[in-house]
Amino acid sequence: MKLLYFAWVRERIGKTDEEVAPPAAVGTVAELMTWLAGRGEEYAYAFENPKVIRAAIDRKHVQPGTSITGAREIAFFPPMTGG
Amino acid sequence: MMTATIRLQREDFDAAAEAAKLTGGRTDIGAVVTFSGICRDHEGGHGVSAMTLEHYPGMAEEEITRHVAEAEARWPLQGVTVIHRFGRMTPGDNIVLVVTVSAHRQAAFEAASFLMDYLKTQAPFWKLEERPDGKDWVAAKQSDDNAAARWVKS
Repeated sequence: MKLLYFAWVRERIGKTDEEVAPPAAVGTVAELMTWLAGRGEEYAYAFENPKVIRAAIDRKHVQPGTSITGAREIAFFPPMTGG
Repeated sequence: MMTATIRLQREDFDAAAEAAKLTGGRTDIGAVVTFSGICRDHEGGHGVSAMTLEHYPGMAEEEITRHVAEAEARWPLQGVTVIHRFGRMTPGDNIVLVVTVSAHRQAAFEAASFLMDYLKTQAPFWKLEERPDGKDWVAAKQSDDNAAARWVKS
């Protein structure tokens, strides 16, 4: 699946997007964040407080408990500040 | 007939010209509300010399389109235009435009307010401020969440 990062999540990880293949045990958005946080210092920093991070699957807002099964594109970002 | 225009762009916009596009040649419109969000030079006690708007291409358009459709379903509108800029802006620059037109003022006012409240909290945009002490991402405001929550139907 493709992951996208925006704003300070992108800055902390140091990339805008990447392809990943998490193990099958990673079933939800929250579990994906935990798995990502274990991939290195920059990921641990980005996901140090997962409660504040929002996610979208295939361009729709989702909750931490949402299943990632079948997702093509998952984005992580801070609370939005548009307008 | 309802006309909806949604644009994300780096370039500036002309609020008066966009409003005129919705009303031109029509005699059934009684109310036009034009809201422009503008980059200001201060925020919470510190100066702001510029800000950069980052967005999620694709999702931003889809989110705004969904909320314009909801506004259309909730209020009798004859037209809506939403333009949201991205890139770097300095104080005085336009950031966002919402124009709503209707036969009567209440629908136009309420729909414009609804759209702005949702743009603030649900549309995937992030502001990076340039301040005297460096750059920092703008934190989301509880007051914006509260403003959006008042439109949730119980």
